[in-house]
Amino acid sequence: MANSSDNSYRSATISVLVDNEAGVLARVIGLFSGRGYNIDSLTVAPVDPERKQSRINIVTSGTEMVIGQIKAQLSRLVPVHRVADLGLEGPHVAREMALIKVICSGEKRTEALRLADAFRARVVDATTGSFVFEMTGTPDKLDAFLELMQPLGLAEVSRTGIAAIARGLKTI
Amino acid sequence: MPANEEQREIHRSGAEVLLRALKEQGVEVIFGYPGGAVLPIYDAIFQQNAIRHILVRHEQAAVHAAEGYARSTGRVGVVLVTSGPGATNAVTGLADALMDSIPVVCLTGQVPTHLIGNDAFQEADTTGITRPATKHNYLVKRAEDLARVVHEAFYVAKSGRPGPVLVDLPKDILINPAPYTPPPSTPHPSYRPQLDPDPARIAEAVALLKSAKRPIVYAGGGVINSGEAASAALIEFVRASNFPCTTTLMGLGAFPASEPQFLGMLGMHGTYEANLAMHGCDVMLAVGARFDDRVTGKLAAFSPHSRKIHIDIDPSSIDKNVKVDVPIVGDAGRALMALLEEWRASPGRPDTKAIADWWRQIDQWRARDCLRFHQPMQPGSVIKPQHAIRRLYELTRGIDRELFVTTEVGQHQMWAAQHFPFERPNRWLTSGGLGTMGYGLPAAVGVQVAHPDALVIDIAGEASILMNIQEMSTVAQYRLPVKIFILNNEYMGMVRQWQELLHGGRYSESYTAALPDFVQLAQSFHAVGLRAKSIEELDDVIREMLATDRAVIADIMVDQKENCFPMIPSGAAHNEMILGPEQEESAAGITDEGLVLV
Repeated sequence: MANSSDNSYRSATISVLVDNEAGVLARVIGLFSGRGYNIDSLTVAPVDPERKQSRINIVTSGTEMVIGQIKAQLSRLVPVHRVADLGLEGPHVAREMALIKVICSGEKRTEALRLADAFRARVVDATTGSFVFEMTGTPDKLDAFLELMQPLGLAEVSRTGIAAIARGLKTI
Repeated sequence: MPANEEQREIHRSGAEVLLRALKEQGVEVIFGYPGGAVLPIYDAIFQQNAIRHILVRHEQAAVHAAEGYARSTGRVGVVLVTSGPGATNAVTGLADALMDSIPVVCLTGQVPTHLIGNDAFQEADTTGITRPATKHNYLVKRAEDLARVVHEAFYVAKSGRPGPVLVDLPKDILINPAPYTPPPSTPHPSYRPQLDPDPARIAEAVALLKSAKRPIVYAGGGVINSGEAASAALIEFVRASNFPCTTTLMGLGAFPASEPQFLGMLGMHGTYEANLAMHGCDVMLAVGARFDDRVTGKLAAFSPHSRKIHIDIDPSSIDKNVKVDVPIVGDAGRALMALLEEWRASPGRPDTKAIADWWRQIDQWRARDCLRFHQPMQPGSVIKPQHAIRRLYELTRGIDRELFVTTEVGQHQMWAAQHFPFERPNRWLTSGGLGTMGYGLPAAVGVQVAHPDALVIDIAGEASILMNIQEMSTVAQYRLPVKIFILNNEYMGMVRQWQELLHGGRYSESYTAALPDFVQLAQSFHAVGLRAKSIEELDDVIREMLATDRAVIADIMVDQKENCFPMIPSGAAHNEMILGPEQEESAAGITDEGLVLV
């Protein structure tokens, strides 16, 4: 009866506040690989030097039951302080940064610059034959820009994965 | 932490700080094996008398012995092994303790901090290797962290859902001076399991339980881990409600087997009545159990018409395999007490008429007598393994000593679960989750060390016992009077059974040629060896074993072809059980889908 209640997949953005100690990232990643959960994106950096805490943002996908499991499994790790399912707990902002190298010349160069301007990408490096654009936005926006750059000479991409935070007064 | 600062005392060595912390944690016994990296600890052990060290013969056995100690006393078991192979040998034991939620603290030596990562002699990435095999682990890299980490390890091992915690100790940390700090007086900053259940959920659960027409209580090892008060609350609730009660393999003893409301164990080799009651119930109260695949069988067909209440201290156990209707996070004992209180206080009345009808149905299932077997009694008859266990049980009944039973893994384990009834918790020790052959003998060592005057029996198979047979030497050294009761069918019996039922009778590698003579083997380890070859010898051998105040190996030659029934084939549902030849009617087909399951 209840066993098959909801088998549809959803994407979840989960933020985890952890002690910034050796091995903590391995614990989180090991949990995902050991139990067969997906990681679509993962970022980690220290956020509170005083309390020595880091924040991990994970984008994952799965059935409601699997996402529930992921949160429960993360919560029981000893160095984990808080697990927030940002999509579920209210509106949130998610942003990703990318450095994008485009190698092109002639008309394609002007076109690339024009599109970069439209997408509010900044030029952080330029040579006569190349640009490196820096761009911040939702992963969708980055995808759209990369698709446009493809025919213009997209050569290399470095993406950070998303950082996410709840809107309004709510804190983790 | 100014309070702690004042209490800081610098000790001569980290090893001394470690022992002081262990004493403060109430440790009386360590199970271990020395080696280069832990020599400073062994030196400190040598110079004190408060903590006893039991020298095992293999590091895996050290962990199983600590598990036996922990499970039979309700305390934390402590292991001490060296770096590299010492640590890797312990991994199986740690994984076993993790699966069965047994509180163990495992101290491992490590190469000095400046050599870590250099492929030094006997170096292994112990915290890396054991991360998925422990509840938590630590590498101590600074002397000032040592005492804090050891105290925290004990807290984590025994709090919430218990489990194994490993502390990796580089040799320089053990040799150099270190400060001692007492256990913290403040709560742990992040790990604080929820113990008290949500009262709203309890009320919801009781309302559902009172509406039940075909209820069942399904209790697991979590009730035992919670302590004797949880078992008492379980008994009281089951009696007050007149509900039927079944337990998992790990839960045996949490509810007395002699109670009329006990349906026996459920699951793959559970009783007919327990499994059909699980399948047919309309309200299920699961407590301290985790809907393991050996319990549920085919998930899609598991208890299809029931509303489910699940009490568990580990939120990740809830909705993992089976979606439940009323989740209750909390300690099993506290939740059961709250449930009982609410059951008595709330206005509704249970549907006693419907429950009486349900009992009539259950009694019909019981009448099948699914554990029945036929033991020919004329002299020379081959011994049925079930009969051997029943006689062992019956002949131990009059003994006025505490009785503990450990097992290895396989057919003998399932027969013991079916035919050796337990009245109290913490008396039955078996490897449930990981299914570790070789568990029983070292676990019996741990139990006997904790309870020197008790009768400790390892019900074993001839294949499993060989996996940690070296512990006979430990048994001899400490004069532990453990009794090893081998059901010897010369096969890896459960493997043979599956090959017969699922693989066309092709007994690939499951026959053990060249077995040792267990009687002589016992003697060579300074123990007593006995053997029963046919039915008329059985009782005498059991009596002699029980009357002997030394270690005994009783080699019971049993029927080689006996299978363990009832059996739910993998991939089948509870109502597709295969019964034994004594009452066979259905031989439920095993699907291809089932064949891939283990």
